[in-house]
Amino acid sequence: MADRRSPDEEAALSARLKQLGERIHEAGARRQQEAEELREDEAKREDAQSNLAKALRLSSEFVAGVLVGGLIGWAIDHFAGSSPWGLIVFLLLGFGGGTLNAMRAAGLVAKGGAAGKKD
Amino acid sequence: MDPIHQFNISKLYILGHFAGREIAITNSALFMFAAVFVIIGGMMVATAGRSLVPGRAQAVVETTYEFVAGMVRQASGEAGMQFFPLVFTLFSFILVLNMFGMIPGFFAVTSHIVVTVFLAAIVFLTVVIYGFWHNGLRFLKLFVPSGVPVYILPLIVAIEVMSFLSRPVSHSVRLFANILAGHITLKVFAGFVAMLGGLGLFGWIGALLPLALTVALTALELLVAFLQAYVFAILTCIYLNDTLHPGH
Repeated sequence: MADRRSPDEEAALSARLKQLGERIHEAGARRQQEAEELREDEAKREDAQSNLAKALRLSSEFVAGVLVGGLIGWAIDHFAGSSPWGLIVFLLLGFGGGTLNAMRAAGLVAKGGAAGKKD
Repeated sequence: MDPIHQFNISKLYILGHFAGREIAITNSALFMFAAVFVIIGGMMVATAGRSLVPGRAQAVVETTYEFVAGMVRQASGEAGMQFFPLVFTLFSFILVLNMFGMIPGFFAVTSHIVVTVFLAAIVFLTVVIYGFWHNGLRFLKLFVPSGVPVYILPLIVAIEVMSFLSRPVSHSVRLFANILAGHITLKVFAGFVAMLGGLGLFGWIGALLPLALTVALTALELLVAFLQAYVFAILTCIYLNDTLHPGH
């Protein structure tokens, strides 16, 4: 028959087939790796963005807590004549609130009730 | 050469008087109108074609939508999407105002604390009013974390209330302070260039340093202008999330 090949030809053909299979496999692996790297890069970029946003939050969160505490304390003293106790107590509370806000912004304290469940 | 001069409010057109006060269109108001016009006009023009394969302008609008929608979904879940119009409005408004501020000669509206406090107050009041309307008194559980021993509970509640009350302050001060400080820094360094440039040849060489810094700062301010809008919007989402799930 015309398409009957000799064993030699057969062996060469199967070797080529095997080689081709390997090359396809390699290319596939390479492409997958590239895609993974791309995804990682993107995730890193997004991370950097949200980290920068987080850093911008931290300082103002803390300052705002102390400011609001001081303001409320001062107002209570002013209207109730309890100076200086209102200022002292609310400044400390404001400090606590500011610290809590800053830690929440940093992701060190989970929101709300979850913090209690840890201990 | 006064670095603060750029923040002056000037009356452009006096509309009339109300309760002994002048009601005027100021340069600040003008740029707010311009921002609203640019946002709405831009959106309408860009999406007018409604092509299945978006063109450049439509792609920008769609990306912005996806960006904000992703932010809302991530922070407060699918239920948070009812607040999407609010978050999107705030984000695009602040972003466009910040970017307007970066154009030389334009007025930076968000560098005035009145504006940012009002924007933060909208968010704060939305949280409080919707929180009580949606949850009733259960909204107060926001201040009572579960699993805290009774003997320190009063202290924790006081601190949580404080933390809640300081939110609108940090929310508004952050935006205003960043934009204000950035614009003053830019102006001061640009002023150095002009001052040194007047000193002759050595001044010119010396002026290269502040000039390079001004260029670098402009790039940084562009980043800050975007980031501040992003931070404002994402914090809005986080705060609004409390109205949906107070107790956790």
